[in-house]
Amino acid sequence: MSDGVWLHAVARDLEPGAVDGLVGVAGGAVRTLAAGALAAAVCPVDLAEFGEEALRRNLEDLAWLDRAARAHHAVVAALAREHAVVPARLATVYHDDAGVLEMLRQRREELEAVLDRVGGRAEWGVKMYAEPPASPAGEPSGPSAGRPGTAYLERRRARLAADDVWRLRAAEGAEATHLALAADAAAARRHPPQDRRLTGRAETMVLNGAYLIDRGRSGPFADLVAAQAARHAELSLELTGPWPPYSFTGTEPAPP
Amino acid sequence: MTSDSVMRSQPVALVDLLDRLLGTGVVITGEVTLSIAGVDLVYISLRALVASASTVAPRQP
Repeated sequence: MSDGVWLHAVARDLEPGAVDGLVGVAGGAVRTLAAGALAAAVCPVDLAEFGEEALRRNLEDLAWLDRAARAHHAVVAALAREHAVVPARLATVYHDDAGVLEMLRQRREELEAVLDRVGGRAEWGVKMYAEPPASPAGEPSGPSAGRPGTAYLERRRARLAADDVWRLRAAEGAEATHLALAADAAAARRHPPQDRRLTGRAETMVLNGAYLIDRGRSGPFADLVAAQAARHAELSLELTGPWPPYSFTGTEPAPP
Repeated sequence: MTSDSVMRSQPVALVDLLDRLLGTGVVITGEVTLSIAGVDLVYISLRALVASASTVAPRQP
């Protein structure tokens, strides 16, 4: 039973056949709903699995979340290869086609503005990691001149100072890199750094940036990223992409 | 580091995907999930992720 409509993305001037062969989040075929020049790529879903109550439950199920996010992404990414798209947030569900068409008509100006902004561009992700100092530098070895308590306090102070310096330098490196990359981008924004438990890395993430780059300039942008990596050798850097323009589909243009 | 080594393609990490699918501004709102506020959706999903990561790899002290 299919009693809901899942929205994958909105695009402009989709040619017939643009979604042929694409499989939606629930396994059904992706189809399009057009209103003027805009078209929504949608697929049927069962509200027993994708309704509000079911979503609350299923979004907490990692296997379900992983499957849904990747299936949604696969459709958005396939469309984004050839078209300007406004990706829908995960779990954007309507009761019927009429609801989707009404949204296309009501939000037409905003959707057109976003499509103008992201057309011919792709999103790239840049993450930077900093490794905390293993041990405080300059810690005195051997017997201290002062009393034991004083020596302990001095060591502790030195360790805290080293930690502050490390944090400050990592934050400065991340900020400088972000500004340099943003200067080369049509738009840029910083996502919150990811928790260490999710990255699986021992280092601390200090930058989780997204950059909207003209498709013809992905090579020069990668060169710029490499140059930043060389400049901040104490930080490790990771480039991901190209992504559909997920981070740049809000109503407000993201300031650098 | 060369641009080639920066650009080596890797499988999409779920956490990177969720940053983008849940954590960004949105121009389109659906009908069915209107009452799930954006913050809640992110919170629910990241809680699922963290819970899973914690059972697989306990955090180092």
